[in-house]
Amino acid sequence: MSDQSKIANGHQPFLTTRLESRLGSFSLNANFSLWAPWTVLFGPSGAGKTSVLRLLAGLLRPDRGSVSFRDRTLVDTAQGVFVPPGLRSIGFVTQQPALFQHMDVAENVAFGLRKLPLVERHRRIEAMLHLLHADSLANRRPAQLSGGEQQRVALARALAPEPGMVLLDEPFSALDAMSKERILPRLAGWLQERKIPAFYVSHDLAEAFQTAAEVIVMREGQVVAQGPADEVLVAERASLLRYLRASTST
Amino acid sequence: MDFQALWLTLKLATITTLVLLVVATPLACWLLLSRARWKPMIEALAGLPLLLPPTVLGFYLLVLLGPRTAFGRSYEALSGHQLTFSFTGLVIGSVLYSLPFALQPMTSGFAAIDRAVLDAAVLLGAGPIRLLLHILLPLARRSVLASAVLAFTHTVGEFGVVLMIGGDIPGSTRTLSISIFDQVQEFAYAQANRTALVLLVFSFAALLLLYWRPGATNV
Repeated sequence: MSDQSKIANGHQPFLTTRLESRLGSFSLNANFSLWAPWTVLFGPSGAGKTSVLRLLAGLLRPDRGSVSFRDRTLVDTAQGVFVPPGLRSIGFVTQQPALFQHMDVAENVAFGLRKLPLVERHRRIEAMLHLLHADSLANRRPAQLSGGEQQRVALARALAPEPGMVLLDEPFSALDAMSKERILPRLAGWLQERKIPAFYVSHDLAEAFQTAAEVIVMREGQVVAQGPADEVLVAERASLLRYLRASTST
Repeated sequence: MDFQALWLTLKLATITTLVLLVVATPLACWLLLSRARWKPMIEALAGLPLLLPPTVLGFYLLVLLGPRTAFGRSYEALSGHQLTFSFTGLVIGSVLYSLPFALQPMTSGFAAIDRAVLDAAVLLGAGPIRLLLHILLPLARRSVLASAVLAFTHTVGEFGVVLMIGGDIPGSTRTLSISIFDQVQEFAYAQANRTALVLLVFSFAALLLLYWRPGATNV
């Protein structure tokens, strides 16, 4: 369904972005709208996926364009509007946990909860650590955690303030398959309960099919397709299946 | 041993270090986060005392703080005394002269912190003050200590700037370095040796404090 027909049917995108940015010799054009509660940004390495997320989070400034999230303009280069990252209500988790090494896990998770009353803050920390199977890590320092544990704490820290949207840039890369299978549905459920949409970067085709209601495909800095996974990733799936058949027959 | 000069030197170095920590910390934070086009200008200005001969800096300060300028005249009219050849003038000169020694370790320490950590803090709503107090300073505490030690010891060893703007007034502007100079001029080598030894031991102890890492062993 095209964007126009979605609007005609009464649907509204929660995020609209028209961004142009030149990063060294790389040129990025990110024009898309987000409608679904879980959208996968799919593409090969170097397609510009991480840059799109950094632009949405406010960690990069675009050369030209605009971003509006719900009824709020976050960026409009023509009007000189640029809402700083901390005021966008957007959570961002990357492959790199980037935990605060001088704080324990509970203090890390509490960092974004300063405005909450103390009791509510403690309750939220406990709930987030429980959600991500990290209850027993509360008093440990990041240096005492494994890579996977650090990523779970980074997720807890970014989600704890219950942002309006989360950007997930391969946040499970250090998790083993079993942990990932255990955590992903819990995380998706938690987000769904709170109506927090997720924009999830992946270059793993299986993951895109497993999680996606909607997929945006990027190549060489351009959005080349958007739609349900089984429509826009047909060619990639056929190619993967051919490869698997060839592997099993030899 | 000129204890009056020792006391004055320690007082000057302590005040200069405290002022420099207050000035250099936000300046280092600004240098880390700012995207201003004129940032290199500030960096170059702050680093100038590293290359400038102390007598040149001392000369300019002597002129700027003296009664030849509106600033010097206004200060004298308000306070009733001149900035030049006074302890306050000495503090101003010392702060400017030791600024790069306080600033450089701090900017290096801040810059060594992973950018992703700063991004995470900013995304969680930390403004510049929270970022400085809760992330930068705790993570770069050794660099801050290095800044304080270098600013203090550099001020203790100052000679050219102090002599130019402060002269050699006992109890007011005569520091230990000037005292050594006076003792040598008077051929009081034994006295000069004792004073120099105090400065040597002090500087060595300060550097030891900087490099000492309890529990660290060489493998």
